[in-house]
Amino acid sequence: MTLTTAEADTHTYPHARTFDDLPGLMGRMTGADKHGPAASSTLDVLWVLYDRVLRIAPEAADDQARDRFLLSKGHGPMAYYAVLAAKGFIAPELLETFGGYDSPLGHHPDRTLIRGVEIGSGSLGHGLPLGVGTALGLRAQGLIDPAVWVLVGDAELDEGSNHEAIAYAGAVRLDRLHAVVVDNQSATHGWYGGIASHFAAAGWSTATVDGRDHAALYEAFTQPHPGRPHAVVAVVEPKN
Amino acid sequence: MTTTVAATMRDRFISTASTLLDEDPRLAVVLADISATGFDAAAAAHPDRVINVGIREQLLIGATGGLALTGVRPIAHTFGSFLVERPFEQVKLDLGHQGVGAVLVSALGSYDWPAGGRTHMSPADVALLDTLPGWTVHVPGHPDEAELLLRDAAAADGLVYVRLSLQQNAEARPITPGRFLTVRQGRGGPVVIAVGPVLDDVLAAVAGLDVTVLYASTVRPFDSAALRGALADRANADVVVVEPYLAGASTPFVAEALADRPHRVLGLGVSRQELRHYGTMQEHIAAHGLDARSLRERISAWAV
Repeated sequence: MTLTTAEADTHTYPHARTFDDLPGLMGRMTGADKHGPAASSTLDVLWVLYDRVLRIAPEAADDQARDRFLLSKGHGPMAYYAVLAAKGFIAPELLETFGGYDSPLGHHPDRTLIRGVEIGSGSLGHGLPLGVGTALGLRAQGLIDPAVWVLVGDAELDEGSNHEAIAYAGAVRLDRLHAVVVDNQSATHGWYGGIASHFAAAGWSTATVDGRDHAALYEAFTQPHPGRPHAVVAVVEPKN
Repeated sequence: MTTTVAATMRDRFISTASTLLDEDPRLAVVLADISATGFDAAAAAHPDRVINVGIREQLLIGATGGLALTGVRPIAHTFGSFLVERPFEQVKLDLGHQGVGAVLVSALGSYDWPAGGRTHMSPADVALLDTLPGWTVHVPGHPDEAELLLRDAAAADGLVYVRLSLQQNAEARPITPGRFLTVRQGRGGPVVIAVGPVLDDVLAAVAGLDVTVLYASTVRPFDSAALRGALADRANADVVVVEPYLAGASTPFVAEALADRPHRVLGLGVSRQELRHYGTMQEHIAAHGLDARSLRERISAWAV
Protein backbone atom coordinates (compact mmCIF):
# COMPACT_ATOMS: atom_id res chain seq x y z
CA MET A 1 0.00 0.00 0.00
CA THR A 2 1.58 3.26 -1.13
CA LEU A 3 -1.30 5.64 -0.55
CA THR A 4 -0.72 8.66 1.60
CA THR A 5 -3.25 10.95 3.14
CA ALA A 6 -2.23 13.68 0.73
CA GLU A 7 -3.49 11.52 -2.10
CA ALA A 8 -7.03 11.38 -0.79
CA ASP A 9 -9.10 11.11 -3.93
CA THR A 10 -11.54 13.95 -3.59
CA HIS A 11 -12.48 13.67 -7.25
CA THR A 12 -13.69 10.13 -7.01
CA TYR A 13 -15.07 10.71 -3.53
CA PRO A 14 -16.39 14.25 -3.47
CA HIS A 15 -17.88 15.74 -0.33
CA ALA A 16 -21.24 14.34 -1.25
CA ARG A 17 -20.87 11.28 0.95
CA THR A 18 -23.54 10.96 3.56
CA PHE A 19 -23.98 9.53 7.02
CA ASP A 20 -25.23 6.34 5.42
CA ASP A 21 -21.79 5.81 3.83
CA LEU A 22 -20.05 5.62 7.21
CA PRO A 23 -20.83 1.98 8.08
CA GLY A 24 -19.37 0.89 4.76
CA LEU A 25 -16.23 2.97 5.38
CA MET A 26 -15.90 1.51 8.88
CA GLY A 27 -16.30 -1.91 7.34
CA ARG A 28 -13.14 -1.34 5.33
CA MET A 29 -11.26 -1.26 8.65
CA THR A 30 -13.00 -4.18 10.34
CA GLY A 31 -13.96 -6.38 7.43
CA ALA A 32 -17.53 -6.44 8.70
CA ASP A 33 -20.34 -5.18 6.48
CA LYS A 34 -22.76 -4.23 9.19
CA HIS A 35 -22.39 -2.43 12.48
CA GLY A 36 -25.05 -2.20 15.12
CA PRO A 37 -26.04 1.10 16.67
CA ALA A 38 -23.42 0.65 19.38
CA ALA A 39 -20.56 0.15 16.91
CA SER A 40 -19.36 3.62 17.69
CA SER A 41 -20.57 5.94 20.39
CA THR A 42 -18.97 8.91 18.65
CA LEU A 43 -20.24 8.42 15.10
CA ASP A 44 -23.22 10.78 15.13
CA VAL A 45 -21.41 13.49 17.05
CA LEU A 46 -18.47 13.35 14.65
CA TRP A 47 -20.72 13.41 11.61
CA VAL A 48 -22.75 16.42 12.70
CA LEU A 49 -19.59 18.32 13.63
CA TYR A 50 -17.78 17.58 10.37
CA ASP A 51 -20.85 17.88 8.16
CA ARG A 52 -22.44 21.00 9.54
CA VAL A 53 -20.45 22.75 12.27
CA LEU A 54 -16.67 22.72 11.82
CA ARG A 55 -15.20 25.14 9.31
CA ILE A 56 -12.46 22.86 8.06
CA ALA A 57 -11.72 21.28 4.71
CA PRO A 58 -9.00 19.00 3.34
CA GLU A 59 -7.72 21.67 0.98
CA ALA A 60 -7.35 24.12 3.88
CA ALA A 61 -6.13 21.75 6.57
CA ASP A 62 -3.28 24.12 7.46
CA ASP A 63 -5.27 27.37 7.30
CA GLN A 64 -4.63 29.25 10.54
CA ALA A 65 -8.24 30.51 10.50
CA ARG A 66 -9.71 26.99 10.50
CA ASP A 67 -11.69 25.58 13.39
CA ARG A 68 -9.80 22.97 15.42
CA PHE A 69 -11.24 19.56 16.28
CA LEU A 70 -9.26 17.64 18.89
CA LEU A 71 -10.20 13.99 19.38
CA SER A 72 -9.14 13.52 22.98
CA LYS A 73 -10.78 10.13 23.37
CA GLY A 74 -8.43 8.44 20.96
CA HIS A 75 -9.70 4.96 21.68
CA GLY A 76 -11.79 3.39 18.94
CA PRO A 77 -10.98 5.88 16.19
CA MET A 78 -12.75 3.95 13.41
CA ALA A 79 -15.70 6.34 13.38
CA TYR A 80 -13.26 9.26 13.23
CA TYR A 81 -11.32 7.79 10.32
CA ALA A 82 -14.57 6.96 8.51
CA VAL A 83 -15.72 10.57 8.84
CA LEU A 84 -12.31 11.86 7.72
CA ALA A 85 -12.54 9.58 4.68
CA ALA A 86 -16.10 10.66 3.93
CA LYS A 87 -15.00 14.29 4.08
CA GLY A 88 -11.96 13.81 1.85
CA PHE A 89 -9.17 14.10 4.44
CA ILE A 90 -7.94 10.56 3.85
CA ALA A 91 -8.32 8.15 0.95
CA PRO A 92 -10.94 5.49 1.64
CA GLU A 93 -8.51 2.86 0.36
CA LEU A 94 -6.24 3.77 3.24
CA LEU A 95 -8.81 2.49 5.73
CA GLU A 96 -7.90 -1.06 4.81
CA THR A 97 -4.40 -0.52 6.23
CA PHE A 98 -5.83 0.25 9.70
CA GLY A 99 -3.30 -0.72 12.38
CA GLY A 100 -0.64 -1.91 9.94
CA TYR A 101 3.05 -1.17 10.42
CA ASP A 102 3.25 1.34 7.59
CA SER A 103 -0.26 2.66 7.98
CA PRO A 104 -0.83 6.23 9.17
CA LEU A 105 -4.05 4.96 10.78
CA GLY A 106 -3.29 3.57 14.22
CA HIS A 107 -5.67 2.37 16.86
CA HIS A 108 -4.89 5.75 18.38
CA PRO A 109 -4.38 8.66 15.97
CA ASP A 110 -1.01 10.36 15.43
CA ARG A 111 -1.28 13.94 14.19
CA THR A 112 2.11 13.78 12.48
CA LEU A 113 0.91 10.96 10.22
CA ILE A 114 -2.50 12.23 9.11
CA ARG A 115 -3.13 15.64 7.63
CA GLY A 116 -6.15 17.22 9.27
CA VAL A 117 -5.75 15.39 12.57
CA GLU A 118 -4.99 18.09 15.12
CA ILE A 119 -3.59 16.01 17.99
CA GLY A 120 -2.17 12.61 18.67
CA SER A 121 -4.21 10.98 21.42
CA GLY A 122 -4.71 7.69 23.18
CA SER A 123 -3.68 8.44 26.74
CA LEU A 124 -6.80 9.95 28.26
CA GLY A 125 -7.10 13.46 29.59
CA HIS A 126 -4.80 15.33 27.23
CA GLY A 127 -7.25 16.88 24.77
CA LEU A 128 -8.90 19.48 26.97
CA PRO A 129 -5.60 20.96 28.24
CA LEU A 130 -4.28 21.00 24.66
CA GLY A 131 -7.55 22.61 23.62
CA VAL A 132 -7.14 25.30 26.27
CA GLY A 133 -3.68 26.07 24.91
CA THR A 134 -4.95 26.04 21.35
CA ALA A 135 -7.69 28.55 22.17
CA LEU A 136 -5.16 30.72 24.03
CA GLY A 137 -2.67 30.49 21.18
CA LEU A 138 -5.21 31.53 18.57
CA ARG A 139 -6.32 34.47 20.72
CA ALA A 140 -2.71 35.53 21.30
CA GLN A 141 -2.31 35.81 17.53
CA GLY A 142 -5.50 37.82 17.10
CA LEU A 143 -7.42 34.86 15.69
CA ILE A 144 -10.58 35.32 17.73
CA ASP A 145 -12.95 33.63 15.29
CA PRO A 146 -11.83 29.99 15.03
CA ALA A 147 -13.63 27.60 17.35
CA VAL A 148 -11.80 24.87 19.24
CA TRP A 149 -13.72 21.63 19.79
CA VAL A 150 -12.55 18.78 22.02
CA LEU A 151 -14.27 15.40 22.07
CA VAL A 152 -13.95 13.55 25.38
CA GLY A 153 -15.64 10.47 26.82
CA ASP A 154 -17.56 10.31 30.08
CA ALA A 155 -15.06 7.82 31.53
CA GLU A 156 -12.18 9.91 30.27
CA LEU A 157 -13.36 12.64 32.62
CA ASP A 158 -12.03 10.46 35.46
CA GLU A 159 -8.59 11.84 34.59
CA GLY A 160 -7.84 14.83 36.80
CA SER A 161 -6.12 16.77 34.04
CA ASN A 162 -9.55 17.44 32.51
CA HIS A 163 -10.65 19.21 35.66
CA GLU A 164 -7.64 21.47 35.64
CA ALA A 165 -8.69 22.54 32.14
CA ILE A 166 -12.41 22.79 32.92
CA ALA A 167 -11.86 24.96 35.99
CA TYR A 168 -9.36 27.25 34.28
CA ALA A 169 -11.32 27.67 31.04
CA GLY A 170 -14.46 28.57 32.94
CA ALA A 171 -12.67 31.01 35.22
CA VAL A 172 -11.03 32.94 32.36
CA ARG A 173 -14.16 32.75 30.17
CA LEU A 174 -12.40 31.01 27.31
CA ASP A 175 -15.41 31.23 25.05
CA ARG A 176 -13.85 29.82 21.88
CA LEU A 177 -13.35 26.50 23.65
CA HIS A 178 -16.01 23.82 23.22
CA ALA A 179 -16.19 20.35 24.72
CA VAL A 180 -18.43 17.55 23.54
CA VAL A 181 -18.70 14.72 26.05
CA VAL A 182 -19.88 11.47 24.51
CA ASP A 183 -21.64 9.84 27.45
CA ASN A 184 -22.09 6.10 27.14
CA GLN A 185 -22.17 5.76 30.93
CA SER A 186 -18.84 3.96 31.03
CA ALA A 187 -17.29 5.88 33.95
CA THR A 188 -16.87 3.33 36.72
CA HIS A 189 -18.15 5.62 39.45
CA GLY A 190 -20.43 7.79 37.33
CA TRP A 191 -20.72 11.54 37.71
CA TYR A 192 -22.70 12.65 40.75
CA GLY A 193 -25.22 15.28 39.75
CA GLY A 194 -24.72 14.60 36.04
CA ILE A 195 -21.81 15.47 33.80
CA ALA A 196 -23.12 18.86 32.72
CA SER A 197 -23.32 20.07 36.31
CA HIS A 198 -19.56 19.73 36.68
CA PHE A 199 -19.00 22.03 33.70
CA ALA A 200 -21.76 24.41 34.78
CA ALA A 201 -20.27 24.75 38.26
CA ALA A 202 -17.02 25.85 36.61
CA GLY A 203 -18.76 28.57 34.62
CA TRP A 204 -19.40 26.80 31.34
CA SER A 205 -22.48 26.99 29.19
CA THR A 206 -23.93 23.48 28.88
CA ALA A 207 -26.44 21.43 26.94
CA THR A 208 -27.34 17.75 27.33
CA VAL A 209 -28.88 16.04 24.31
CA ASP A 210 -29.54 12.70 22.66
CA GLY A 211 -26.21 11.80 21.08
CA ARG A 212 -27.94 10.04 18.18
CA ASP A 213 -30.31 12.93 17.30
CA HIS A 214 -28.61 14.96 14.59
CA ALA A 215 -30.97 17.91 14.81
CA ALA A 216 -30.61 18.09 18.59
CA LEU A 217 -26.84 17.80 18.35
CA TYR A 218 -26.68 20.57 15.76
CA GLU A 219 -28.83 22.84 17.89
CA ALA A 220 -26.65 22.17 20.96
CA PHE A 221 -23.42 22.67 19.01
CA THR A 222 -24.54 26.02 17.61
CA GLN A 223 -26.13 27.42 20.74
CA PRO A 224 -24.78 30.90 21.54
CA HIS A 225 -22.64 31.05 24.68
CA PRO A 226 -21.23 34.57 24.96
CA GLY A 227 -18.38 34.91 27.44
CA ARG A 228 -18.34 31.25 28.43
CA PRO A 229 -16.86 28.03 27.11
CA HIS A 230 -19.52 25.57 25.98
CA ALA A 231 -19.97 21.90 26.81
CA VAL A 232 -22.37 19.55 25.04
CA VAL A 233 -23.09 16.23 26.72
CA ALA A 234 -24.18 13.77 24.03
CA VAL A 235 -25.89 10.83 25.68
CA VAL A 236 -25.80 7.50 23.84
CA GLU A 237 -26.61 3.90 24.73
CA PRO A 238 -24.74 2.53 27.76
CA LYS A 239 -21.53 0.75 26.88
CA ASN A 240 -22.48 -2.23 29.02
CA MET B 1 33.23 29.23 45.62
CA THR B 2 29.52 28.83 45.45
CA THR B 3 27.89 32.15 46.01
CA THR B 4 24.35 33.35 46.29
CA VAL B 5 23.91 36.97 45.35
CA ALA B 6 20.85 39.15 45.18
CA ALA B 7 20.49 38.85 41.41
CA THR B 8 19.59 35.24 40.79
CA MET B 9 19.24 33.41 37.51
CA ARG B 10 15.51 33.23 38.18
CA ASP B 11 15.41 37.04 38.47
CA ARG B 12 17.24 37.25 35.18
CA PHE B 13 14.78 34.86 33.59
CA ILE B 14 11.90 37.11 34.58
CA SER B 15 13.55 40.26 33.23
CA THR B 16 14.81 38.56 30.08
CA ALA B 17 11.52 36.85 29.27
CA SER B 18 9.64 40.11 29.88
CA THR B 19 11.93 41.88 27.42
CA LEU B 20 11.61 39.07 24.89
CA LEU B 21 7.81 39.36 25.03
CA ASP B 22 8.22 42.97 23.89
CA GLU B 23 10.59 41.98 21.12
CA ASP B 24 9.04 38.82 19.68
CA PRO B 25 5.28 38.50 19.13
CA ARG B 26 5.73 34.75 18.65
CA LEU B 27 6.52 34.22 22.35
CA ALA B 28 4.23 33.50 25.29
CA VAL B 29 5.05 32.82 28.95
CA VAL B 30 2.99 30.16 30.72
CA LEU B 31 3.01 30.03 34.51
CA ALA B 32 1.50 28.02 37.33
CA ASP B 33 1.54 30.73 40.02
CA ILE B 34 5.28 30.36 40.72
CA SER B 35 7.05 33.64 39.78
CA ALA B 36 3.72 35.08 38.61
CA THR B 37 4.06 38.36 40.49
CA GLY B 38 7.38 38.93 38.74
CA PHE B 39 5.49 38.96 35.46
CA ASP B 40 2.80 41.44 36.53
CA ALA B 41 4.17 44.22 34.35
CA ALA B 42 4.63 41.91 31.36
CA ALA B 43 1.11 40.58 31.83
CA ALA B 44 -0.28 44.10 31.81
CA ALA B 45 1.58 44.82 28.58
CA HIS B 46 0.78 41.47 26.96
CA PRO B 47 -2.38 40.08 28.57
CA ASP B 48 -2.81 37.35 25.95
CA ARG B 49 0.81 36.23 26.06
CA VAL B 50 1.42 35.97 29.80
CA ILE B 51 -0.78 33.13 30.95
CA ASN B 52 -1.06 31.95 34.55
CA VAL B 53 -3.13 28.76 34.83
CA GLY B 54 -2.96 28.64 38.64
CA ILE B 55 -1.63 25.67 40.57
CA ARG B 56 -2.34 23.25 37.70
CA GLU B 57 0.83 21.72 36.34
CA GLN B 58 -0.75 19.17 34.01
CA LEU B 59 -2.57 22.08 32.42
CA LEU B 60 0.65 24.13 32.44
CA ILE B 61 2.27 21.67 30.05
CA GLY B 62 -0.91 20.73 28.17
CA ALA B 63 -1.69 24.39 27.45
CA THR B 64 1.95 24.91 26.49
CA GLY B 65 1.53 22.14 23.92
CA GLY B 66 -1.68 23.66 22.63
CA LEU B 67 -0.08 27.08 22.27
CA ALA B 68 2.75 25.52 20.31
CA LEU B 69 0.27 23.76 18.02
CA THR B 70 -0.99 27.17 16.93
CA GLY B 71 2.50 28.43 16.12
CA VAL B 72 3.30 30.24 19.36
CA ARG B 73 6.73 29.70 20.96
CA PRO B 74 5.71 29.01 24.59
CA ILE B 75 8.01 29.40 27.59
CA ALA B 76 6.66 27.45 30.57
CA HIS B 77 8.05 27.95 34.05
CA THR B 78 7.76 26.64 37.57
CA PHE B 79 9.92 24.72 40.04
CA GLY B 80 11.61 21.68 38.50
CA SER B 81 9.61 19.28 40.65
CA PHE B 82 6.39 20.57 39.15
CA LEU B 83 7.63 21.34 35.64
CA VAL B 84 9.21 18.02 34.70
CA GLU B 85 8.53 15.41 37.37
CA ARG B 86 4.87 15.95 38.20
CA PRO B 87 3.58 16.40 34.61
CA PHE B 88 6.08 14.09 32.97
CA GLU B 89 3.51 12.38 30.75
CA GLN B 90 2.39 15.79 29.51
CA VAL B 91 6.01 16.59 28.68
CA LYS B 92 6.24 13.29 26.80
CA LEU B 93 2.90 13.48 24.96
CA ASP B 94 1.73 17.10 24.80
CA LEU B 95 5.11 18.33 23.58
CA GLY B 96 7.26 15.56 22.12
CA HIS B 97 4.57 13.28 20.73
CA GLN B 98 2.65 16.19 19.20
CA GLY B 99 5.83 17.13 17.35
CA VAL B 100 5.92 20.68 18.73
CA GLY B 101 8.63 22.73 20.38
CA ALA B 102 8.65 24.61 23.68
CA VAL B 103 10.97 26.10 26.25
CA LEU B 104 10.74 24.85 29.84
CA VAL B 105 12.50 26.98 32.45
CA SER B 106 12.83 25.57 35.95
CA ALA B 107 13.90 26.96 39.29
CA LEU B 108 15.09 25.47 42.59
CA GLY B 109 17.07 22.61 41.05
CA SER B 110 18.24 19.78 43.27
CA TYR B 111 19.01 21.44 46.59
CA ASP B 112 18.27 25.17 46.39
CA TRP B 113 15.69 25.20 49.17
CA PRO B 114 16.62 22.34 51.47
CA ALA B 115 14.46 23.68 54.29
CA GLY B 116 11.56 22.93 51.95
CA GLY B 117 12.50 19.27 51.88
CA ARG B 118 12.24 16.56 49.26
CA THR B 119 9.01 17.83 47.71
CA HIS B 120 10.81 20.86 46.26
CA MET B 121 13.92 19.06 45.04
CA SER B 122 14.15 17.79 41.45
CA PRO B 123 17.49 16.03 41.08
CA ALA B 124 16.00 13.65 38.48
CA ASP B 125 14.83 16.27 35.96
CA VAL B 126 17.69 15.92 33.48
CA ALA B 127 17.72 12.11 33.75
CA LEU B 128 13.99 12.04 33.03
CA LEU B 129 14.36 14.25 29.96
CA ASP B 130 17.16 11.94 28.83
CA THR B 131 14.51 9.24 28.33
CA LEU B 132 12.83 11.41 25.66
CA PRO B 133 14.08 12.34 22.20
CA GLY B 134 15.12 15.77 21.06
CA TRP B 135 15.66 17.76 24.24
CA THR B 136 18.33 20.43 24.47
CA VAL B 137 19.32 20.99 28.12
CA HIS B 138 20.99 24.22 29.21
CA VAL B 139 22.42 24.46 32.73
CA PRO B 140 23.76 28.01 33.07
CA GLY B 141 26.07 28.87 35.94
CA HIS B 142 25.59 32.63 36.03
CA PRO B 143 22.76 35.10 35.29
CA ASP B 144 24.58 36.42 32.21
CA GLU B 145 24.84 32.89 30.85
CA ALA B 146 21.20 32.29 31.72
CA GLU B 147 20.18 35.32 29.67
CA LEU B 148 22.26 34.26 26.69
CA LEU B 149 20.89 30.72 26.79
CA LEU B 150 17.30 31.90 27.31
CA ARG B 151 17.57 34.15 24.28
CA ASP B 152 19.01 31.29 22.27
CA ALA B 153 16.21 28.97 23.42
CA ALA B 154 13.49 31.51 22.64
CA ALA B 155 14.82 32.03 19.12
CA ALA B 156 15.00 28.29 18.42
CA ASP B 157 12.14 25.99 17.44
CA GLY B 158 12.76 22.74 19.30
CA LEU B 159 12.39 21.39 22.82
CA VAL B 160 14.65 23.21 25.25
CA TYR B 161 15.00 22.86 29.01
CA VAL B 162 16.74 25.65 30.91
CA ARG B 163 17.68 24.63 34.44
CA LEU B 164 18.12 27.62 36.75
CA SER B 165 19.58 27.38 40.24
CA LEU B 166 20.39 29.63 43.15
CA GLN B 167 23.86 28.11 43.07
CA GLN B 168 26.03 30.08 40.69
CA ASN B 169 29.61 30.85 39.78
CA ALA B 170 31.31 34.15 40.61
CA GLU B 171 31.84 35.06 36.98
CA ALA B 172 30.14 34.36 33.69
CA ARG B 173 32.16 32.46 31.12
CA PRO B 174 32.32 33.22 27.36
CA ILE B 175 30.03 30.33 26.48
CA THR B 176 28.61 29.28 23.13
CA PRO B 177 25.20 27.55 23.32
CA GLY B 178 25.59 23.85 22.65
CA ARG B 179 29.37 23.75 23.17
CA PHE B 180 31.63 22.83 26.06
CA LEU B 181 34.22 25.49 26.90
CA THR B 182 37.78 24.61 27.85
CA VAL B 183 38.45 26.63 31.00
CA ARG B 184 41.63 24.87 32.08
CA GLN B 185 44.08 22.90 29.96
CA GLY B 186 45.96 20.05 31.65
CA ARG B 187 48.92 18.13 30.26
CA GLY B 188 47.88 14.53 30.67
CA GLY B 189 45.59 13.96 33.62
CA PRO B 190 41.83 13.45 33.67
CA VAL B 191 39.32 15.58 31.85
CA VAL B 192 36.78 16.98 34.30
CA ILE B 193 33.47 18.18 32.87
CA ALA B 194 31.83 20.72 35.19
CA VAL B 195 28.16 21.31 34.48
CA GLY B 196 26.82 24.81 35.11
CA PRO B 197 26.92 26.13 38.67
CA VAL B 198 29.40 23.55 40.01
CA LEU B 199 32.25 25.09 38.01
CA ASP B 200 33.74 27.27 40.77
CA ASP B 201 33.80 24.38 43.23
CA VAL B 202 35.37 22.12 40.60
CA LEU B 203 38.09 24.68 39.79
CA ALA B 204 38.87 25.09 43.48
CA ALA B 205 38.93 21.33 43.93
CA VAL B 206 41.47 20.69 41.17
CA ALA B 207 43.81 23.57 42.00
CA GLY B 208 47.36 22.31 41.51
CA LEU B 209 46.24 19.02 39.95
CA ASP B 210 47.06 18.09 36.36
CA VAL B 211 43.55 18.06 34.92
CA THR B 212 41.71 19.60 32.02
CA VAL B 213 38.40 21.25 32.89
CA LEU B 214 35.61 21.55 30.35
CA TYR B 215 32.66 23.74 31.25
CA ALA B 216 29.23 22.52 30.11
CA SER B 217 26.54 25.19 30.21
CA THR B 218 24.72 23.10 27.61
CA VAL B 219 24.77 19.43 28.57
CA ARG B 220 22.37 18.02 25.93
CA PRO B 221 23.15 17.46 23.20
CA PHE B 222 26.36 16.25 24.80
CA ASP B 223 29.37 17.88 23.16
CA SER B 224 31.16 14.64 22.31
CA ALA B 225 33.50 16.39 19.91
CA ALA B 226 34.83 18.62 22.67
CA LEU B 227 35.41 15.66 24.97
CA ARG B 228 37.14 13.64 22.26
CA GLY B 229 39.24 16.66 21.35
CA ALA B 230 40.34 17.14 24.94
CA LEU B 231 41.40 13.50 25.11
CA ALA B 232 42.96 13.35 21.64
CA ASP B 233 46.59 13.23 22.71
CA ARG B 234 46.05 11.27 25.93
CA ALA B 235 47.22 7.71 26.43
CA ASN B 236 44.45 7.26 28.98
CA ALA B 237 40.87 8.43 28.71
CA ASP B 238 39.89 9.29 32.29
CA VAL B 239 36.77 11.41 32.51
CA VAL B 240 35.04 12.93 35.52
CA VAL B 241 31.61 14.54 35.21
CA VAL B 242 30.41 16.78 38.02
CA GLU B 243 26.76 17.75 37.64
CA PRO B 244 24.34 19.47 40.02
CA TYR B 245 21.64 16.82 39.59
CA LEU B 246 21.43 13.03 39.73
CA ALA B 247 24.91 11.52 39.83
CA GLY B 248 25.85 9.62 36.70
CA ALA B 249 23.24 11.25 34.47
CA SER B 250 25.87 12.03 31.84
CA THR B 251 27.87 8.83 32.24
CA PRO B 252 26.09 7.04 29.32
CA PHE B 253 26.87 10.00 27.07
CA VAL B 254 30.56 9.85 27.96
CA ALA B 255 30.54 6.12 27.25
CA GLU B 256 28.89 6.70 23.90
CA ALA B 257 31.38 9.43 22.97
CA LEU B 258 34.29 7.14 23.85
CA ALA B 259 32.84 3.85 22.66
CA ASP B 260 35.81 3.22 20.38
CA ARG B 261 38.50 3.53 23.04
CA PRO B 262 39.11 2.22 26.53
CA HIS B 263 38.09 4.75 29.11
CA ARG B 264 37.17 5.26 32.73
CA VAL B 265 34.43 7.56 33.94
CA LEU B 266 33.53 8.91 37.37
CA GLY B 267 30.06 10.42 37.60
CA LEU B 268 29.64 12.81 40.52
CA GLY B 269 26.40 14.55 41.37
CA VAL B 270 23.40 14.41 43.65
CA SER B 271 22.97 11.05 45.36
CA ARG B 272 19.90 8.96 44.62
CA GLN B 273 19.33 8.44 48.32
CA GLU B 274 17.08 10.92 50.10
CA LEU B 275 19.04 12.84 52.69
CA ARG B 276 16.01 13.62 54.87
CA HIS B 277 17.74 16.72 56.20
CA TYR B 278 16.71 20.36 56.00
CA GLY B 279 19.27 23.12 56.49
CA THR B 280 21.09 25.15 53.83
CA MET B 281 22.06 24.68 50.21
CA GLN B 282 25.74 24.64 51.17
CA GLU B 283 25.11 21.88 53.70
CA HIS B 284 23.37 19.81 51.03
CA ILE B 285 26.11 20.41 48.48
CA ALA B 286 28.59 19.12 51.04
CA ALA B 287 26.35 16.19 51.98
CA HIS B 288 26.32 15.10 48.33
CA GLY B 289 30.12 15.41 48.23
CA LEU B 290 30.01 18.28 45.77
CA ASP B 291 31.83 20.94 47.80
CA ALA B 292 35.40 21.75 46.74
CA ARG B 293 37.10 19.73 49.49
CA SER B 294 34.99 16.61 48.90
CA LEU B 295 35.43 16.89 45.15
CA ARG B 296 39.20 17.14 45.51
CA GLU B 297 39.30 14.01 47.68
CA ARG B 298 37.02 12.01 45.38
CA ILE B 299 38.71 13.03 42.14
CA SER B 300 42.25 12.58 43.54
CA ALA B 301 41.48 9.15 44.96
CA TRP B 302 39.93 8.00 41.69
CA ALA B 303 42.58 9.45 39.38
CA VAL B 304 45.53 7.72 41.04
